[in-house]
Amino acid sequence: MIWREDVECASPADLKALQSGYLKKLIPYIYHNCPVYKQKLDAAGVKPDRIKSIDDIKRLPFTTKEDMRDYYPYGLFSAPQEQIKEIHVSSGTTGNPTLVGYTKDDLKLWGDVMARVLGCAGAVPGDTIQIAYGYGLFTGGLGFHYGALEMGLRIIPTSSGQTARQLKLMQDFKTKIIACTPSYVLYMAEEAKELGVDPAKGNWKIGIFGAEPWSEAMRREIESIWNMLATDVYGLSEIIGPGVAQECHHKDGLHIFSDVFYPEVINPKTGEEVPEGEDGELTITTLTKQGIPLIRYGTRDVVSIRYEKCRCGRTSPRISKIKGRTDDMIVVRGINVFPSQIEHVLIGIKGTQPHYQIIVDRQAHKLDEVEVLVEVEQRFFSDEIKRLNEIRDKIRKEIENVLSIGVKVTLVEPKTIERSVGKSKRIIDKRAL
Amino acid sequence: MKITQISIFLENRKGRLSDVCSLLGANDVNIRALTVAETESFGVLRIVVDKSDAAIKLLHDNHFVANFTDVVAIEVPDKPGGLASILKILSDNDVNIEYMYGFVEKFSDKALLVMRFEDTDFAQQILAKHNIRVVAEKDIKGL
Repeated sequence: MIWREDVECASPADLKALQSGYLKKLIPYIYHNCPVYKQKLDAAGVKPDRIKSIDDIKRLPFTTKEDMRDYYPYGLFSAPQEQIKEIHVSSGTTGNPTLVGYTKDDLKLWGDVMARVLGCAGAVPGDTIQIAYGYGLFTGGLGFHYGALEMGLRIIPTSSGQTARQLKLMQDFKTKIIACTPSYVLYMAEEAKELGVDPAKGNWKIGIFGAEPWSEAMRREIESIWNMLATDVYGLSEIIGPGVAQECHHKDGLHIFSDVFYPEVINPKTGEEVPEGEDGELTITTLTKQGIPLIRYGTRDVVSIRYEKCRCGRTSPRISKIKGRTDDMIVVRGINVFPSQIEHVLIGIKGTQPHYQIIVDRQAHKLDEVEVLVEVEQRFFSDEIKRLNEIRDKIRKEIENVLSIGVKVTLVEPKTIERSVGKSKRIIDKRAL
Repeated sequence: MKITQISIFLENRKGRLSDVCSLLGANDVNIRALTVAETESFGVLRIVVDKSDAAIKLLHDNHFVANFTDVVAIEVPDKPGGLASILKILSDNDVNIEYMYGFVEKFSDKALLVMRFEDTDFAQQILAKHNIRVVAEKDIKGL
């Protein structure tokens, strides 16, 4: 169903008028309430009262992930703290996490866009949804929860993990919609077979999968194993969490809710918008957020965009699946991992620039595994195995602490990790996504 | 009297042990005693050689991680119960052994064992007190 036909199917002229109206209010709001943005706008020579239309967005400065880190925790807030009702964080590149704070209206917005996601995937009020995204600081679980509440679904908030119980509840409560990461649903199928459950037989009809990149091949596999429609959801915590864009049943691009999250696809080298259909960095302006509104935020996700009306009736533009990253972030079991986080830990332990390599692998239908190779150095070498194991375990624990996922650490001989200035060698991603 | 052991970090990879031995051999370093401690992913090669200073320089120059470790070479009666009698003395005196291994050659009619103690100085006092003969660095060179 189309949850918000008024905006999701608005004519281009109406949509533009709506976006222009929002932007005209947004810029003075952040200018007067957020000193960091005041400074940025002043530096760019932008007079808030001169912003008349959404086309003026091109005159505004960009916001980056580094800004999120540098102005942590309060710098980018436009709303006073007493109006902030919920805080979520995700991983930052180093040191500070990426933080997002929601006002009451922001939470309402989140519920609204997530209800649009659910409708776009095919949900109708009264359906049963099992939310197997993690609940907590990660935005996945609660984002889906708010959307399902808004639409009036029956919610089974299983959160992630405990696969045998997930499967039992799916059967006992006749789950129609399952929301989780695409790798987890494949892992779940494997468990189901071991427990004697046929994943192709059940009441499940729709899967809403996201928080990590996945391919058309993986979609076909999930659809055939589970006998369900597998759709892609997109979002990032800086913007709102899940709820930025979602595929309809035509599975021909993700509808981005552009009335509230204004998209531009930018060539990161020039800062200019690329022509329609060409690849660039998805850049989003949150037109109606109050807590931490962001202007032209560079998501670092590489996509293309199309503006033609979809067969489903929606006029909202469609972005492609994520085609890559402009940085070296990888997603492991739904968690964002930056090599710089691991580097930071190793510098802390070893005190020097470490030589390391990250290997990510996924056996068929298993969960992702991360192995970190660390070169042994003269200074921490010992003739005793137990001392070496202690160092290895210390590195492992500290990395796990920072990343919140399990890793394997392997000590290797010096000069065995290829020296390269480029980022590519830092990560060997063996997964067939 | 301590002797010098060289400890070398090795990945569990085909040919690594051979690489080290070839390097030492090609440079006229003779291995007198050797053991490998291994885990699933790496091992530590421990050797006693005739020219330890030259050997460690050679290893470092070839990017091996290697260091010196103080160990003690002990003469053990080469007969049933010979090792047991010495271990009992050490145990009765609370001397902890981290690890031990044997020399290839003999210095006399007795067997020669390398022992790495938790506290080398204390172990040496106990050994001396019980008249257990330890072998000096120069003796190793003459082997």
